[in-house]
Amino acid sequence: MASGMQEKQYTPSLLSFFVYNPSFGSREGEEEKKILFYHPSEVEKNEKIRNVGLCEAIVQFTRTFCPTKPAKSLHTQKNRQFFFEAEDSFWIVMVVRNPMVEKPNKDGRPPTIEYQEEEILVRLNLLHLLFLFNGTFGRAMEAGGVELLMQKLDKFFYRYLQTLHLQSCDLLDVFGGIAFFPLDKMTYLKIQSFVNRVEESLSLIKYTAFLYNDQLIWSGLEQDDMRILYKYLTTSLFPRHSEPELAGRDSPLRPEVAGNLLHYGRFLTGPANLKDPEAKFRFPRIFVNTEDSYEELHLIVYKAMSAAVCFMISASVELTREFCEQLDGLVGPQLTLLASDICEQYNVNRRISGPDKEPQFKFIYFNHMNLAEKSTIHMRKTASVSLTSVHPDLMKILGDINCDFARVDEDEEIIVKAMTDYWVVGKKSDQRELYVILNQKNANLIEVNEEVKRLCATQFNNIFFLD
Amino acid sequence: MSEEHYLELCENPVQFENASSVNNVFFDEANKQVFAVRSGGATGVVVKGPDDKNSVAFRMDDKGEVKCIKFSIGNKILAVQRTPKSVDFISFIPDYPHLECSQECKMKNASILGFCWTNWNEIVFVTDQGIEFYQVLPDKRSLKLLKSQSVNVNWYMYCPETAVILLSTTAQGNVLQPFAFKSGTMSKMPKFEIELPVVPKPAKPNLTERDIAVHVVPREGSYKKTNVLKLNTTGKFALNVVDNLVVVHHQSSQTSIIFDIKLREPDCALNVHQPVLPGRSIHPYRIPLTGLAAVPTQPPVPCELCILYETFSPACLTCAVCSPFASGYLWYLQVKLPPTVNLLQDKGKLMDFLLRRRDCKMVILSVCAQMLNGGDKGGLPVVATVFDKLNQVYKEYLEAEQTYTVATESGPSRGSAARERPVRTQAVIDQSDMYTHVLSSFSEKKDTSHKFIIAVLMEYIRSLNQVQITVQHYLYELVIKMLVQHNLFYMLHQFLQYHVLSDSKPLACLLLSLESTYPPAHQLSLDMLKRLSTANDEIVEVLLSRQQVLGALRFIRSVGGHGNISARKFLDAARQTADQMLFYTIFRFFEQRNMRLRGNPSFIPGEHCEEHVVYFKQVFGEQALMKQVTV
Repeated sequence: MASGMQEKQYTPSLLSFFVYNPSFGSREGEEEKKILFYHPSEVEKNEKIRNVGLCEAIVQFTRTFCPTKPAKSLHTQKNRQFFFEAEDSFWIVMVVRNPMVEKPNKDGRPPTIEYQEEEILVRLNLLHLLFLFNGTFGRAMEAGGVELLMQKLDKFFYRYLQTLHLQSCDLLDVFGGIAFFPLDKMTYLKIQSFVNRVEESLSLIKYTAFLYNDQLIWSGLEQDDMRILYKYLTTSLFPRHSEPELAGRDSPLRPEVAGNLLHYGRFLTGPANLKDPEAKFRFPRIFVNTEDSYEELHLIVYKAMSAAVCFMISASVELTREFCEQLDGLVGPQLTLLASDICEQYNVNRRISGPDKEPQFKFIYFNHMNLAEKSTIHMRKTASVSLTSVHPDLMKILGDINCDFARVDEDEEIIVKAMTDYWVVGKKSDQRELYVILNQKNANLIEVNEEVKRLCATQFNNIFFLD
Repeated sequence: MSEEHYLELCENPVQFENASSVNNVFFDEANKQVFAVRSGGATGVVVKGPDDKNSVAFRMDDKGEVKCIKFSIGNKILAVQRTPKSVDFISFIPDYPHLECSQECKMKNASILGFCWTNWNEIVFVTDQGIEFYQVLPDKRSLKLLKSQSVNVNWYMYCPETAVILLSTTAQGNVLQPFAFKSGTMSKMPKFEIELPVVPKPAKPNLTERDIAVHVVPREGSYKKTNVLKLNTTGKFALNVVDNLVVVHHQSSQTSIIFDIKLREPDCALNVHQPVLPGRSIHPYRIPLTGLAAVPTQPPVPCELCILYETFSPACLTCAVCSPFASGYLWYLQVKLPPTVNLLQDKGKLMDFLLRRRDCKMVILSVCAQMLNGGDKGGLPVVATVFDKLNQVYKEYLEAEQTYTVATESGPSRGSAARERPVRTQAVIDQSDMYTHVLSSFSEKKDTSHKFIIAVLMEYIRSLNQVQITVQHYLYELVIKMLVQHNLFYMLHQFLQYHVLSDSKPLACLLLSLESTYPPAHQLSLDMLKRLSTANDEIVEVLLSRQQVLGALRFIRSVGGHGNISARKFLDAARQTADQMLFYTIFRFFEQRNMRLRGNPSFIPGEHCEEHVVYFKQVFGEQALMKQVTV
C-alpha cells in the first residue's frame, strides 16, 4: 500500500449472543417466549424476534440437505453466525463480526472497509462450563420451569460473556486441552498415596483432582468433566487468586494451626478464613457425569504453595465448618510437604535435563486421546490475555492448518512457508497433532522436513509418532 | 483369649534321671548336653543332647565326687573335675584307647571355678586367680600350657558361639574382663565397668550374674552400654535367649517377659527397653509319659545363666528344668509367634518384631491378610508402614545377593576372602509371596470396596518403587484387572501416562486387547511398544491389522528394518484394503527394494509373492512391472 496514512484494524468482536427454544413459542404472537437469553439485552424486542426467527429458518432450511448434521455456521461478508444445539431444541447462537481493515481514502470520501475472512477460532466448548455449573437445560426446567432456567442463563452468561476475548482466542482454545505436569514415577506414586489416604479418612469425598503449577497431575473425574473443570480452574479460579498473592497481600502463611504444624494450606473456594466462626461460606456446585448418572457436587479447592487439590463431595451433604477444619488439619500439612517435594523433584529434573534455555523450537502439541497439550509458544495463559511469543499472523496459519486437519481422518503433514520467512509445519499422526514454527530464512523444504524429524526424535521420542 | 502364651517348651524334651543322692546331673551349656553321673561314674554316665548325635553312655571309675563334667567339641575328650585344683581328662577319640591324664592348675593356692572347652582339644581353666589356656595332647597323655593370665576372678561367663570368656573382677565385681579364644590363641579384650545402681533396689548388693545389662561386645574398639532392659519389677529373675529375644523369667509372678534389643529408637546410643509384650507365663506343658496331670505352670528354673552379653548368634541357651518327678527334662524354649500378633497392637512394631524372628513368614503374611480383610484395619497409613518395612528387608536381601553375584563374577582372586552367599531368611517376603498369599485373594473380596483394593495395590507398588525394586508384571496385571472390572479406564490411562505401570511387551499386548472396550488403549499400547524399542515387529503387526499399510512401511523404514521384511505380508494387507493405488505403491516399493538388494526388481520364489505379481499384471498391465535396468 502506497498510502502513508494509517490503516485501522478491527479485531473480531461479538455482535450478539442468544439462547432460544423454538418449541416454547410456536404460536403466532408468542415468539418472544422462545427467547431464553439475549445479549445485548437492550436490543429492541422485535429485532430480537427477527434475529431468532432468521436463525431458526436457516437451521430449518439447511436441515433439508442433511437431516443428521444441522448447519453449524453461516459465513457472510460482514459476520459469522454459529449455531449450536446444546440440548434437544435448545439452541445457542453467537454472532461475531469479522475482523476488518479500515482504509482511509484521500479525498475525504468515507473509508473503505475490507472484511477479512480467515477462520475465526471460536468453538463453543466454553459452553460446557455452563453445564458444569448449572447442569443441563432439561434438569433446570424440571427443577424450576422456564423462569429458573432464564435466571440461571442470565447469571451465567452475564459473567461468561465478559470473559470471552475473541481476539485472543487461538489454537489452544480450540483444543481445550489439559497441560499435564511432568513428574517422575516415585513422586507421582506419593501423590497417589496422598489422594487415597485423604479419600479414605474423609469418606465424603467422591472425587479428587490434583494440580501443580496450574498443570494437572491426577484426576479422579472422567476426562470430559476434568477438561471443563480444568478450564475453569486455570482460566478463572486460579488467576483470580494468584493476583492478590503476587501483590503480596494476605500472606497465606499461618504459623499456628492445631498441633503446631506449620502449613501453607488454604481454601480457594469456601471459607476464606477458618478462624472467623461467624463468616459465612459456601462452595460452588458443579454438575458432572451429565451423560449418565448426573451428579451434583460441591467443589472444594484447597491450595498449598503451588499444589492445588480439588475435592468433590455430593451436593446433598451439607458441609459444616467442622468438616472444613478437619480437612484443613488433615490436608494442610501433608500437602505442604508434598508441594515442596514436587518442587524439589522438579528442580532436580530440570537440572538434569540441562539449563532451562529457551527451546530452540516453537511448537504446540496436542493429543486428542488424552487431551494433553504442550506449548512452547505461550508464555502464560490467563483469562484475559494469552501471551504468545510469535506473531498473530503465524497463529492464524496454525488455525488454518488445524481446520484442514479437521476435515480429513487420515494422517497428514502440511508445510507452509509464511510471508515473514517463517516455516510452519503441521503434522497429524493418529490422534496427535503437532505444529512447529521454524525461523530459518534460507532453509529449503528438505531441510525443514529434517529439522522437524529431529524435533520429533528429541522431544517426542517416547511416543509413537509416524513420520 | 486362650492362645496367649507366646512361650512354650519344645515337644521332645531330653529326658534324664533326676538328681538324687546317687545320681548327679550336670548341664554343659556349650554342647547343650545333660550328664547324669551315677555313683561317681562307676555305674554309668549317660550323656544326652538335644539330638541323638550328642548322646553317649559310658562308665568310668569312681574317683570321688564329680564337680563338673564336660565334653570337648565333637565329644572328643571328656573333662571331669573332681577336686578344686585339678581336672581329669579321658580321651574319647574313636579308635584310640581311653587314655587318661590329669592336670592341676598352675597357680598356687588357686581353686578352679570352672573350665570351658574352646575347641576339640583346647580348654580354659578359670580359677579364682586367673585363667589358664591349655592344649590337650591325648596321645602324649599330657597338656600343654598355651597361655595364662592372672587376675582376680569372682565369677565368669562363657559364650560358646563366640568363644569369649567374661570375667568379673575387682572387689565389687563390676569390672568385666573379656578374653577371646581362637585356635590356640588367647586375646585380651578391653575391660569395661558396670555402673552399679545407686539404690540397689532389686536386692543386689553388688553385681552378680543376675544383673541385666546387655552389652554388645565388638571385636575391637571400645564398649558402650547399648541396652538396658526395664523390668519394672523386683525379685528373682532368670534369663534365656531364644530366637534373638532376651526372655526374662520372673519367679514370684510366674511370668516371662521378652525383650527385643534390636527394637530401638534410631539415634540414642543407650536404649532403655520396655518389654515387647505384656508378661505371660510359659504355655503349660504336659509330660506325655507319666500320664499324670499337667506339669505346674511355674516358670522353669534355668539351670545356669549363660549370657550377659548379647552377640548376634542364634539361641544360645536352652532351658533345662528339673521336674518334681522321677526324671528330669531338658527343653528348648520356643517362641510362638501367632499369639504375639494379638498382643502387639501397633502393626509397625509388630512387623519389626516379627521380621527378626526365625519362622516368621507365614505369620507375617497372615498379619498382612488380616490387616487388609479384618475389621480392625488401621487404614492406608498402617498398610503403607507395613509394606515399607517388609520391602526394606526384601531390598536388603536383593542388594546383598547382587553384591555377591558381582563379587563372584569379578573373580575370586580380587577383593576380600570369598564371600558367602547371602542367606535368604524367612523375613524376606517377596512379591510372589505377597501376591499368592495376600493380594490375589484380597483383590477378589466382594465385600471390600474396589477403591480400597486399588489403593492398597498402588501402595504396595509405591513401596516397592521407593526402595527401587522392579515391580513384577503380575502385580500390574492385578491393578489393571481391577481398573478394567470397574470401568476405571481413565485412571488406568493416567497411570500409564506417568509410567507407573512400567513398559513391557505383555502389558502392551494386554492393552491391545482392551482396545475394543477402551479405544485409547491402542495409542497407549503403540507408544509402549515404541519405547521398548525391541518390539518393532509387533508395531508392524498392529499397524497392518488396522490396515495402515503405508504407515507400517514408513515405520519399518524409519527404523531401518525394511531390507529383510516379508513383502508378502505387506502385499496381503494392501490387497485387503481394496485400494488399488495403495497396492500399486506397496508393490512398487518392494520392486525397488529387490532392485537394491539383488539388482533385479522381481520377487524370488521364497517370498511367495506370485499371486500378487499376477494380480498386479491383471490390474495395471504387464508393462507396468519395473524393468531391469540394462546397462
